[in-house]
Amino acid sequence: MGSFLLRRLAGHTVLALVAVSLAYLLAAAALHPCEPPAPPPAAASAGACRSAGEPLAGRYRAWATGVLHGDFGRTLDGEPVAGELWRRLWVSARLLLAGTVLGCAGGVLLGVYAAVRRDAAPDRIITAGTFLLLAVPVFVLAVLAQIAAAELDEATGVRVVAWAGEPGGTFGALGRAADGLRHLALPTAVVALSQLAVYCRYQRGVTLDVLGADHVRTARAKGLRRRDALLRHGLRAALVPMTTYFAYTAGLALLTGVFTEQVFGWHGLGEWVVAAIVRGDVNVVAAANCVAAVAVVLAGLASDAARCLLDPRVRTPAP
Amino acid sequence: MSVLVVRDLHVTYPPDLPAVRGLDLTVAGGEIVGVVGESGSGKSALALAVLGLLPPGARVRGSVRLRGAELLGRSDAELARVRGRDLAMVFQNPLSALTPAHPVGDQIAETIRLHAGATRRAARTRAVELLDLVGIPDAPRSARAYPHEFSGGMRQRVMIAMAVANDPVAIVADEPTTALDVTVQAQILGLLRAARDATGAAIVLITHDLGVVAEVADRVVVLYAGREAESGPVRDVYRRPRMPYTIGLLGSLPRLDGARRPAPIPGAPPPAGGPPAPCAFRPRCPVGGPACDVAPPEPVLVGVGHRVACADPAATLDPSRVFPPAPAAPPRPPGDRRPPVLRVTGLVRHFPPRRTRPRGRPVRAVDGVTLEVRAGETLGLVGESGCGKTTVLMEILRLDRPQHGRITVLGRDTATLTASHRRALRRDLQVVFQDPLSSLDPRMRVRAILAQPLRTHRVARAAVPGRVAELLDLVGLEPALADRYPGALSSGQRQRVAIARALALEPRLVLLDEPVASLDVSVQAQIMDLLQDLQARLGLAYVFVSHDLAVVRRMADRVAVMYNGRIVEQGAVGAVYGSPAHPYTRALLDAVPVPDPSARDRADGRQRTLRGDPPDPSAPVAGCRFRPRCPAFPALDAATRRRCEREEPPALPVVPGTDQDAACHRVPR
Repeated sequence: MGSFLLRRLAGHTVLALVAVSLAYLLAAAALHPCEPPAPPPAAASAGACRSAGEPLAGRYRAWATGVLHGDFGRTLDGEPVAGELWRRLWVSARLLLAGTVLGCAGGVLLGVYAAVRRDAAPDRIITAGTFLLLAVPVFVLAVLAQIAAAELDEATGVRVVAWAGEPGGTFGALGRAADGLRHLALPTAVVALSQLAVYCRYQRGVTLDVLGADHVRTARAKGLRRRDALLRHGLRAALVPMTTYFAYTAGLALLTGVFTEQVFGWHGLGEWVVAAIVRGDVNVVAAANCVAAVAVVLAGLASDAARCLLDPRVRTPAP
Repeated sequence: MSVLVVRDLHVTYPPDLPAVRGLDLTVAGGEIVGVVGESGSGKSALALAVLGLLPPGARVRGSVRLRGAELLGRSDAELARVRGRDLAMVFQNPLSALTPAHPVGDQIAETIRLHAGATRRAARTRAVELLDLVGIPDAPRSARAYPHEFSGGMRQRVMIAMAVANDPVAIVADEPTTALDVTVQAQILGLLRAARDATGAAIVLITHDLGVVAEVADRVVVLYAGREAESGPVRDVYRRPRMPYTIGLLGSLPRLDGARRPAPIPGAPPPAGGPPAPCAFRPRCPVGGPACDVAPPEPVLVGVGHRVACADPAATLDPSRVFPPAPAAPPRPPGDRRPPVLRVTGLVRHFPPRRTRPRGRPVRAVDGVTLEVRAGETLGLVGESGCGKTTVLMEILRLDRPQHGRITVLGRDTATLTASHRRALRRDLQVVFQDPLSSLDPRMRVRAILAQPLRTHRVARAAVPGRVAELLDLVGLEPALADRYPGALSSGQRQRVAIARALALEPRLVLLDEPVASLDVSVQAQIMDLLQDLQARLGLAYVFVSHDLAVVRRMADRVAVMYNGRIVEQGAVGAVYGSPAHPYTRALLDAVPVPDPSARDRADGRQRTLRGDPPDPSAPVAGCRFRPRCPAFPALDAATRRRCEREEPPALPVVPGTDQDAACHRVPR
């Protein structure tokens, strides 16, 4: 198992390096911080404009050397990128992690339930709901969620959830936690719902294949009830293809984060990178891409590890 | 005492397909009842109905009683208490019937814990004992292994261990040996018999193989279109079959002794649902009369415990007159006067190890094969799965330079061919695969399938429709079938289309890879007849790959026996089957179940079976490759034993002057 994961890690690392380098080169070649129509702010350091005139290869070398030492360069305003990066990363991670975990788990559970009740009323309702969710873009979903929250507030007369902004209450530890939850609820729900729909559809299909599998029938012939046979012998096999899928949706989750941050006014990575592209801030774009590439690689590694745990055929190939 | 009693069982699959239509079955404790039938006969539906494992939507009525207690209509929870404890099942495909994610020991222990309430530790200990009992080597370690680390035969042993774990009173085995090699099949049948002796369970053995039933069963029930056609003690039914279907089925079996050309039953078994006629067999029956069209025939007694569902049992008093004997195959001139069309010398094909497996060794699929096929002749290539039979065919089909050795097709060395010559030579070399459902494009009509090779080789456009009609006629298909898709044909018709496609360009050499292995027995005989007639009419040469020795006996002029990438014996079929010189050939022939219950007394089955599994082609054996499984090796004298351990035996004539070669140090020269 260890050697398998190490091999995969090596492959993923190469992939991440290529992705990060390409991202920098693309940003550096396409973004021109010193030219209209995106004039640099007055405080833009002359250094940024000067370095923009240097050959691409040299700039890349200097940037890559910096990154290897944990230095992501400076923004157009002359601030170090790294400090702002870590602050905003924490904001985004808070937003995405809870949403992804909820969406993933909820989608898998709903998918299994829909498959077991195939063609019955629960399956039809879940199917209709997930298709509706799939058809609605994330930013529309976010705005709809805000409208719904506003209606709720009006109906109850109390501000139950916060529609926008980051938590920042100052009413002691308990108050901070409550305020955090109030602010997290809506964006987390949006991130979760958008992923839940995809996971649910996929898990339903995989589970249907497993329902009729020979080994589930064997388990029933041994004396397990239908539900136990499915949970103990079927579900594990059905989760194996989902791990691969998890790796692929990591990128999608990041994109969802960008939209969600914009709508809810969170000052996370997504909002930052969009602004940086508009301004032509090469170093910020490249740094955000670094983080995204590492996140995708980590998701891939997590999915490989999960696959290893679930499927013994990956750990010990047939003799 | 009757343990399992099935009365008037009906199973209907949605939307309205009757699979079982009124079946009675009684099995006593310690008895093995064979249930035989072709596809669509309802035999699997019977098994699933007995266990209450039918898919949702299937309707079932009648009665299934286990030791007097009714099973039909009980809830899943109630049945779960019976399944695995009193009533166990062995499934067909051991490759998919075990959960891949759990160690085999835990899977056996699970059923013990469920029913016996044993602790985890006690159940594990018992699982190891059971694994040891069914002949799994190093049981304590094997219990921790996962199913994919086992061979097919070992997995089926695990299934049987699981089935007997709680001392069931009845075991239903659905095609337990169908997916296995013939030598492994013999081991598993022996094990089933041992399980019966040890537990005293009533065993229902469901199979399509009349040989398997003759080998182990006490009584036999022949199913046709969801009803019992005939039943009785195995000896009586095999010696004096009375239902025309049973007579035809026994008659159409190819025999190892090759005594006579079997007479096939015309037509194909009806699809699930069956024909509307009162007697389902009426459309295929040669002796049917007006009495058959009145009402479904009720079973009548024709001997002690021997029942037959036929409206006119008097017509079948003499079984040999029901199906007239087929004309003998047309004689052919002796092989040595005809030119060779295929010559393979020292062919080697090794596959590199999988990259995912560090320190893997190459798979030596074909490791030095020499053979020759003459015009108009059939060479049978037999061996267990993984011995390299299909790889040999694929190497010939590639028409390219092999890794080592030489392939000469119609006098041309494949290593020297240019691209255009190779293309031209493909016209003369065609192939038919095992499963026509997967080898024919499901989205092409029959007409397009047959026209494609003609278009590819630029036959004049105007000539194509005429040639397609000609080909359909050649393989005995109605012209109207040209507009069907393969999915809308029966399996026999599909294989006819595959043969017609191969013949479209008038080849001289046809490679047949298990062409009848996926067909029902009665259809198998028709396709073999067709292939032989085509050979006689068109002067074709065949390489006929099969795992079934009786089929090869029937089809081939010469036979080559392959083991672990090499040919261990070859020669004229009569000579090789009559006096096999290599111990492997001997063992293979002995392992084939003979559809004749009286042959069971000849020798004790367990003595004749070959030990162990088919070899791993990536683990080379020093000296003779067959040595680890050789039944003759332990009894050899020390000098010969040393040679077996060190030298790879060369293929040498068994008797000077004949063409029977064997690669064995034991054969005196």
